[in-house]
Amino acid sequence: MSFKSAVITFPGSNCDRDALTYLKDLTHGEVFNIWHEESSLPNVDLVILPGGFSFGDYLRSGAMASKSNIIHDVIDHANNGRYLLGICNGFQILTEIGLLKGALIQNKSIKFLGKDCYIKKKFDNKFNCNIKDTEVLQIPVAHNEGNFYCDQETLSYLQNEELIAFEYCRGEGSIDDGNINGSLDNIAGITNKNRNILGMMPHPERAYQDFHVSKDGKKIIESILS
Amino acid sequence: MRIKILIRLKSQILEPQGKVIEQSLKSLGFEEFSNIRQGKLIEIDLPDSLNEKERSEKIDVACKRLLVNEIIEEYEVLG
Repeated sequence: MSFKSAVITFPGSNCDRDALTYLKDLTHGEVFNIWHEESSLPNVDLVILPGGFSFGDYLRSGAMASKSNIIHDVIDHANNGRYLLGICNGFQILTEIGLLKGALIQNKSIKFLGKDCYIKKKFDNKFNCNIKDTEVLQIPVAHNEGNFYCDQETLSYLQNEELIAFEYCRGEGSIDDGNINGSLDNIAGITNKNRNILGMMPHPERAYQDFHVSKDGKKIIESILS
Repeated sequence: MRIKILIRLKSQILEPQGKVIEQSLKSLGFEEFSNIRQGKLIEIDLPDSLNEKERSEKIDVACKRLLVNEIIEEYEVLG
């Protein structure tokens, strides 16, 4: 049976088209683009909440989008154990919904970060199972609020339950000085307890084509399909 | 009735904009200004027909459901 997926578009999403081609090119299955006002999702294996500035980042990044009509069905989709991937603004939306722990606050430097960054896998899950522990991925980031924050109790929970999927690092793989935005524990991506929801700040959909700086972003989809 | 809700980042969270404002004020000669933090103010009209309890309950629900992210923020109703 072929793999089906969907990308949700909110007003202000700007990586939805990239996410659609990313899914079409790598899954070779049917891909739906769903407007946030829709009340139901098609029956799909994976939903992506894409990057961008949904609702102009008003109030807090992802706050308005987390109350969109389609979100009820996105929550049902995830509660049924299917895959949900939030990239950048999508990660912010997932924390605002409460499907993922913590919050993304302003980068420590107060600078918008638009550049390549390096990440590596921390704990194994279905989104990164094809990536070796020592492998360093080069994937772009583009965010102003990517600084992952949670209280100490939540951080211990994420560590003890092994829910940290990716951490920022340097090109050669060392963690020291690899933290680009002030995130606690160098966190670049986390999952929920069931490990079927991943939120990550870097953009894998901007790292898979010949003209991209790397093709490391393919490994997320390849892991899911494996 | 006009309601004002003050929302601030929790004190243990670094508020980088406040730091920059502080540096800028110091450069203007306000050396004694310290520990500056920036927050946000939301103003809302509510009907006078609501009593204080109803008003306060409605504001609390709105804050918890949308206006405030209690993981990182705290709020205070100013009146």
